[in-house]
Amino acid sequence: MTTTPRIVEVRQNVLKHNDEVAHALRSRFQEAGVFVVSLVSSPGSGKTTFLERALTMLRQQCRPAALVGDLATDNDAQRLARSQTPVKQITTGSLCHLEAAMVDRTLEGWDLKELDILLIENVGNLVCPASYDLGEDLRLVLLSVTEGEDKPLKYPTIFNSADVAIITKMDLAEVVEFDRAAARANIEAVRPGIQVFELSAKTGQGMDELLAYLQEKSAVRSPAS
Amino acid sequence: MHELSIALSILDMVDEEAQRRGDVGIEAIHLKLGLLSGVVKEALLSAYELASEQTRFAACPLVIEDVPVSVYCSNCNAERSIRSVQCFCCVECGMPASEVVHGLELQIWALELAE
Ligand SMILES: [Zn+2]
Repeated sequence: MTTTPRIVEVRQNVLKHNDEVAHALRSRFQEAGVFVVSLVSSPGSGKTTFLERALTMLRQQCRPAALVGDLATDNDAQRLARSQTPVKQITTGSLCHLEAAMVDRTLEGWDLKELDILLIENVGNLVCPASYDLGEDLRLVLLSVTEGEDKPLKYPTIFNSADVAIITKMDLAEVVEFDRAAARANIEAVRPGIQVFELSAKTGQGMDELLAYLQEKSAVRSPAS
Repeated sequence: MHELSIALSILDMVDEEAQRRGDVGIEAIHLKLGLLSGVVKEALLSAYELASEQTRFAACPLVIEDVPVSVYCSNCNAERSIRSVQCFCCVECGMPASEVVHGLELQIWALELAE
């Protein structure tokens, strides 16, 4: 008797488990009325400075909190503590990206109803985080002026997966001869129509516009209470 | 690099599927891999080789089918290819388009069963 292989279709998404957890998180966030924003970037894009400034400013208007995927130094943790908002670190081990289950686990102990906006800082990596849904409402990709205008062309997948692109460290734009038009054209090429913000978390330039945009998005999402 | 954890998930899922079908032997795993999946084919293949070593899948090949990116072009009102991942423009009319239809796949689509 000869054996003939039989092909059966199974159509199973490999990240099915992550997608299910993310889906459940998204429903929980919606129910509790928390607007969730994730941040992806390369290391050194100025994420922590951005996060500190954003939390400090948001605190004047609502109840923000943050989950932080990788703190390079203790200094980072102290800086975030200065914002006087709830901040928790997600333990990733050696993982190069966050997964929905880690977010779920880290949220334990927090009453989501006490929060209005949750910022989730992913691990500094422009490749791996692209595949993992975290249940967020918006994904922000950060690009600093010091990283070069062609970064979006080198990492099109993550830029394409983002909802908003943020050019950070604009205070250094002149010094590094940042080509603003080229950077914007490259972002637009890999993600046509994406909203782009230019800001400096150091000087505060452009922060108001971005935070107003987030508040507006969050208002549209939440059902009137 | 998260290809090793992806390879391990694939093995777990296929193992589960095989058990569900009465512990049937698996002769090949067919995977659809989109160009925008965030997973690198070569890295996944070597990770799979490593992960399947000394398991019942050691001799079971992972067959990867690349899925190119396609978008919905509102100008053409149709699904279209793009110029390249560096340029999300409809190949037919040149209009920018970012609504991805295909290319995000990371899916075990079929298994070859031994009978
Ligand atoms: Zn077209």
